[in-house]
Amino acid sequence: MRLATHVRDWLDERFGWDELTHFLRKKTVPVHRYSYWYFLGGMTLFLFLVQVLTGILLLLYYRPTANEAFESVQYVMTRVPFGWLIRSVHSWAANLMILFAFAHMFSVLFLRAYRKPRELTWVSGMVLLLLAMGFGFSGYLLPWNTLAFFATKVGTDIVRQVPVVGHWLMIFLRGGEEVTGATLSRFFGLHVAVLPGITTMLLLVHLLLVQRFGISVPPGEEAAWRARPPEKREMPFFPNFLLRELMAWYVALGVLGALAALAPWELGTKADAFAPAPAGIKPEWYFLWMFQTLKLIPAKLGPLDGEMVGVLAFGVAGLLWLLLPFFDRGDGRNARWIAGAGVFALVYMASMSVYGYLAP
Amino acid sequence: MNAPGVDISQPPLPLRRRLVELLLGGGLLASAASFLYPILRYIVPPPSADLGGDTVVAGKVGDLKPNSGRIFRFGSKPGLLVFTADREYRALSATCTHLDCTVQYRDDLHQVWCACHNGIYDLNGRNVSGPPPRPLESYEVHVQGDEIVVTRRQKA
Ligand code: FES
Repeated sequence: MRLATHVRDWLDERFGWDELTHFLRKKTVPVHRYSYWYFLGGMTLFLFLVQVLTGILLLLYYRPTANEAFESVQYVMTRVPFGWLIRSVHSWAANLMILFAFAHMFSVLFLRAYRKPRELTWVSGMVLLLLAMGFGFSGYLLPWNTLAFFATKVGTDIVRQVPVVGHWLMIFLRGGEEVTGATLSRFFGLHVAVLPGITTMLLLVHLLLVQRFGISVPPGEEAAWRARPPEKREMPFFPNFLLRELMAWYVALGVLGALAALAPWELGTKADAFAPAPAGIKPEWYFLWMFQTLKLIPAKLGPLDGEMVGVLAFGVAGLLWLLLPFFDRGDGRNARWIAGAGVFALVYMASMSVYGYLAP
Repeated sequence: MNAPGVDISQPPLPLRRRLVELLLGGGLLASAASFLYPILRYIVPPPSADLGGDTVVAGKVGDLKPNSGRIFRFGSKPGLLVFTADREYRALSATCTHLDCTVQYRDDLHQVWCACHNGIYDLNGRNVSGPPPRPLESYEVHVQGDEIVVTRRQKA
């Protein structure tokens, strides 16, 4: 431990270590009956870190061309020692990350943590969620298997319904009129360079905002604390909360390993542009509710294309959701509206997903 | 440090505490190792798949003029097929034993030459002059019909 104190002193002399870490020692986490919800954001962050690490490892063997992509993933799954483990953890953690990001979003919504002054924290978090879905969509194509190929065809075709710029957007995404090796190159670039860059920057902003404004206490608890100040309870972030968080991460790592071992991610068959689509093709579960909604809208709504109306509606709903904190004026009525919208969204997404899953 | 919940009026139990620390630390170390081991193994690539090919068709009879040589693929590595002035076929590994350059046949020297550091081998692959420390591996050559078949020599 002599060495550790030495290093600390050295850093302290140069950077003012104590000053730098001051915020860590000062930071506290409120303790109340909803405290468990505070773990969701950290868990999402952990899963993101797992993605960065396993993603870099996959890059050692992956080849992003239509001729080699499938074979290189197959090589990883069958020949590289522990390749199946690395790839399966990457796939499982991707899905769990999206799940936890959604859970985090809804917990923030229902605990009303988005209120002033944390509006921009919400906005940055929502954009991060969209980026996470972008990771999911772009990464899904990379193994170049049949399911991914057709899912990408459908997904990029939906983009075409956007008024005015839709066709241009689709060409931009596909790198041409069709899903080809050019699409694969683009998605690869998005997945391993563009999205990670933007996400990392935005993640820093998100965390800085969380740090700047401290951790939100749900309004009900806050009122109770104000009425009876001795009931107010907090724990230091460092080390108390952090240790609990690390414990949760450790468990998560175990769960990931178990999932990867018990249910290694399938590879399927190599994409063939000239083969018919397999029956019952569906997108990843987190896109399923949107997919199912679009399927339910009739082809024509008066003079308009049904698909286009659906895509527009999703765009508007997404925008309103992004701006949600600005509708909460702090009085009870607005808050009830927002909570109602949250419940509605949750029930809608869940039931549409189940419906989409069961529908032929 | 008095953590909440620890009764500090009692003296610490050094032995029991050591044991708990040991188990905790050991467990953490063991699990860290179990995460790192797969990663380290993963980073080392498996031996390349095309080492299996021990026999290859290096060319057709009549492709080569006497006193000339050409490079052929032997698995993932280059081989050198030489048709000597005496109308004999010789096949050698084309990877120089010095620093891995690819060698060539010099019709003026009637020898195998490495351009990188002026290494010279004879037609049996023996390193004659220059920096190469070892001979080139030599292969068996058979003519089957009009095909020239090159085979790795079986190790005794
Ligand atoms: S590599 Fe051939 S002589 Fe140096």
